[in-house]
Order: sequence, then C-alpha cells, then structure tokens
Amino acid sequence: MNVIEKILSRASGEKEVVPGQIVDAKIDHAMINEITGYLVARYFHEAGAKKVWDPKKVTVVLDHTIPAPTAEAAEVHRIVRGFARDLNLPGFYDVGRGGVCHQVMVEKGNVKPGDVIVGADSHTVTYGGLGAFSTGIGSTEMTSVFITGKLWFKVPKIIRIDVNGKFGQYVGAKDLFLRVAREIGFSGATYMGLEFKGPTVKKLSVSSRLTLCNMTIEVGGKAGIVEPDEKTIEYVKSKTSEPFTPLYSDPDAEYARTLQVDVTGMPSQVACPNAVDNVKPVSELSGVELDQVYIGSCTNGRIEDLKIAADIIRGKKVNPRTRLVVVPASQEVFIDAMNEGLIQTFAEAGAAIATASCGACYGGHLGVLAAGETCLSTTNRNFIGRMGDPKAKVYLGSPAVAAASALTGRITDPETLR
Amino acid sequence: MKINSKALKFGDNINTDIIIPGKYLTITDEKEMGKHAMDGIDPKFAEKSRGGTVLVVGENFGSGSSREQAPIALKNADVKCVVAKSFARIFYRNAINIGLPVLECSDLWADVQDGDLLSVTLEEGTIKNSRSGKVFKAQPLPPFILEIIQSGGLLNQLKQKQTTKKNK
Repeated sequence: MNVIEKILSRASGEKEVVPGQIVDAKIDHAMINEITGYLVARYFHEAGAKKVWDPKKVTVVLDHTIPAPTAEAAEVHRIVRGFARDLNLPGFYDVGRGGVCHQVMVEKGNVKPGDVIVGADSHTVTYGGLGAFSTGIGSTEMTSVFITGKLWFKVPKIIRIDVNGKFGQYVGAKDLFLRVAREIGFSGATYMGLEFKGPTVKKLSVSSRLTLCNMTIEVGGKAGIVEPDEKTIEYVKSKTSEPFTPLYSDPDAEYARTLQVDVTGMPSQVACPNAVDNVKPVSELSGVELDQVYIGSCTNGRIEDLKIAADIIRGKKVNPRTRLVVVPASQEVFIDAMNEGLIQTFAEAGAAIATASCGACYGGHLGVLAAGETCLSTTNRNFIGRMGDPKAKVYLGSPAVAAASALTGRITDPETLR
Repeated sequence: MKINSKALKFGDNINTDIIIPGKYLTITDEKEMGKHAMDGIDPKFAEKSRGGTVLVVGENFGSGSSREQAPIALKNADVKCVVAKSFARIFYRNAINIGLPVLECSDLWADVQDGDLLSVTLEEGTIKNSRSGKVFKAQPLPPFILEIIQSGGLLNQLKQKQTTKKNK
C-alpha cells in the first residue's frame, strides 16, 4: 500500500484498502475558519447538537476577514466566536492570536504524521507536507464530523511524482509545483492524490513541503503527501508532545501513474491568467508590467518565504510603478519576521505590511485589485476575479520572483538581479 | 423526482470564485447570497435564472474552494439541477449535502442552447431537450443520495429522522 492507503486503512480499522473503496475513517483533527464555520455553527444548532465529539480535536480560526473589514464580517466573527466559547473549545484563535488557519494548524501541533485531518477550507491539503492525509470538506459534512468524529472517504488513486535534480538558487517548491501543474493540468488530479517522492523532495524543508502539498487542490487533488522523515518528526515533536506513529509507502506500493521531474536547470515558473496550469518560464514574461505584488498566504507566507523575499529586497526600494503588499501567514511568523528584521526590510523598501490573514488572496481585503490591474502573487489561485475585479489579472509565482518583480515593477527573474 | 426548467449554459472550469466571489462570503442570508450567484461570469444570472433553471456546464464545474456557499448560492438563485460534463470533488459533495441535484453527462452540453426547456428525471438520470427532442442519459444518482436530495439536504434529512424517532 502507499502511504495514503495505509493512513486510511489504519483510521478505518481495515487491514487493507484499495483505490475506489469507501471507508469510514476516524478523524484525528477537524478545522473551520469563520467563512465556513458560521455555517457549521448554524447547522450544529439546527441539528440540535450540544457538544463536539472531542473538543481537543477541533480548531476554530478567524482568518479570512481579520480584523473585520465590514460590519457583516464582524457579525460572522461574533457568531463563530460565540460558537467556540459556548462549546468551550480550547483551540479557538481570535484576531491577533492565530493567522491563516493552515499555518496555525501546523504551528500549534495539531498535525502529526499518519493523521487523518479534515478542514472546511480547500487548502487543508497543506498538511500532507507533514505526512498526514488531509482534505477539504464543506460545512454540512464538517457539522457531522464535529458531532461524530468520523467521515467516509473514497480511497483515492495516487499519482506518484518523482523529483530529481538540484534547484537553482532562486528556484524551489512553488516552481516545482507549477511545473507539475503544467504537466497534469488544473483538473488532472480530480478525485486523486499526489505523492511527492525522490531525493529532491527529501532535501526540501518542512515549509517547502507544506507549499508543495498546499497547491495539490489546484490540480483537483483530494490530498497531497510527502512521506515523513527525520525533518518531519523533529518539526512535529517541537510543536506537540502527543505521541504518533508515522506511516510510509511500501516499496512495492501501487500508483495510478508516475511522473518524473528533473529540476536541474529549471528556471523560476509563473502561472499566467487565468489558470494554474498556464505556466511559463519567468523569462518569457519579463515585460509584463505590474500594479501590485503580493507576498503571503498559506502557500508562501511562512518565515522561509519572507526571508527569501527580504534577502532580495534588502536595502532597495519597491519600484514606483508598483506596490508591494506583505502579509505573514501567522502571528508567529509575524513575530519571527520582526525578530529577524524582515518587517523592517520590507517597510523601508516601501511595502505595506498587514496583520496575518488570508488578505487579498481570495479577494477579501488588504490589497484587492481594480479592473485592468495586474498582480504577481505568491498565492495559489489566479481564477477570474479571485483577487478582486473580474477584469484584473493575476500571475502566480514564488517569493523570489515576487521580490525581484517588486523591485523592477515588471515580472522579473531574480537571477537577472544578481 | 422530475425537474422541468429552462436551461442556462456555461463552459468549462466554472470555479467557486465565479459561482460566488470572495467578497460575498460574509453574507449570512441565503436568499441574499442567491442574488450574487455566478456574479463572476454573469452579474445578471440571478435575474435570468428566476423561475427555475437547469444549469448546463462543461468540465470541472465547481473547482477551487470548499465554500458550501457555492451550491447554496445556486440553489437560492432558483437553480434546480446542475448537469456538468464533470464536477470538482468538494463541490459535488457539498451540492448533494445541501440538496442541490447534480448529474454528470458529457453529451448534453453540445445539444443545449440558453432557454431550451429541459426535463430531468433524477431516478433514471435522463434529460430530455424539448427543442431538439433528444434524450440524454446521465449516471443516475443512487437511492441514498436521492433520499438526501429529496429531504432538502443531509441536515434536513437528519432532522426529519430525529422527528420521526421522537414521534414513534
């Protein structure tokens, strides 16, 4: 069995599972944010439920609309805050206490290798970076999970992605995923999982593995996963004292298909409007003028990402033709970035820095785009209207490309600024 | 369960940000949310959809976010059924869970024009286009899913079951 099959078989008490089989799995942790959570709160009351199956296994994060930009959003916060308080949930993260839900989940030690985790947010697939099976679900199913602690899954077929070669200095996990997306297509992994393997993946940091798995939903994936190793275990043990037993793929595990990628010599990759698989090497886009550059999100708003960007920007200024918005993925990341002087670097360069949140990634607030504007963003989606007006254009790239582009006001290969 | 409604047609990859853009996600009134359905592609959709619609769409409908607001907005914009060439996974489950019928059929799309009168029989998975006279076959929904849809969603089904239990 591959690692996802093993996780699902352990969680459902089945000796062995095969793709297509439906299993009823125990959930190790469930997460909601305010956007999906206010519906869960409503449904939970409508269902007449009084308590959550295990309050320690539930996390509630306000992240999409923080601090509240409108009275409407504040009302949503009020509902979700009240829900968490009424149920005495210890894992509630209010404005200023958490940040983007997925970053909060990993920082607070709620994700362990071998876990089954569901979140009412599509980027819940992020936790595969720590060797967990995790996937996004809707509010109705989440209500049922809150009550029962279980959910049924169809065991997915897995595409194995074997990655070899050495990344260039400014090239990394985001570029690798975009390259894979070009190959697989934006719906090419619908109902399937992606397992990232090979020596190049082993060398990736935990943060980069989270980036890689975070994007799997963008090709329709149900889950993405990197088998756990010493790095994973060290990271998780630094966050939680809860015991865990990691699971790994068997050497003879079966896959629906294997894709080979060699990253040696691969330039930075950029996804062009309006699809994640519309990917080109950065050099082909170097004339594209930018109205905004956005660095942040559950994809690329971690300290590793901010460091890469700050190293390129340090001592320089954001080009007058554009604007740079930096949004750390969590309060913890914000504090680390302050301690390391990164916030100062960004501020002195002329960037706007916002409190940890989903911000403009989903077109909510803190940097949404006007009609006709163009943005290079380190986020995960460039759908029509995703970051604001339907006539705005969004290019997706790495923190290094974003930083270099902020300095020139055009899409720029960081290699050319050396 | 029979649905007779006019068709409104859209292409491939209609994602959740098109179905209900992020800026509307803090609307807590479902009827109000329905007014903004498909806002990302046709701001007049809710008006056109009034009186009942079968939404006929291409591949990968509902990709992107896990927001249940996407099927909720469609349902409240009077969409009675969505027939797609294919669906994205989370949207498909969400639609069933809130009681919005969803059928997969690859051949219907090419035959349909906006405004065609379609007759859908969910039990059989058949869709008849009155204008062309053609009948198309989708994979019918299994009985337990039909039951969820007939109850108006998983939560309503749960409530109805509880009421029946109490009355026994």
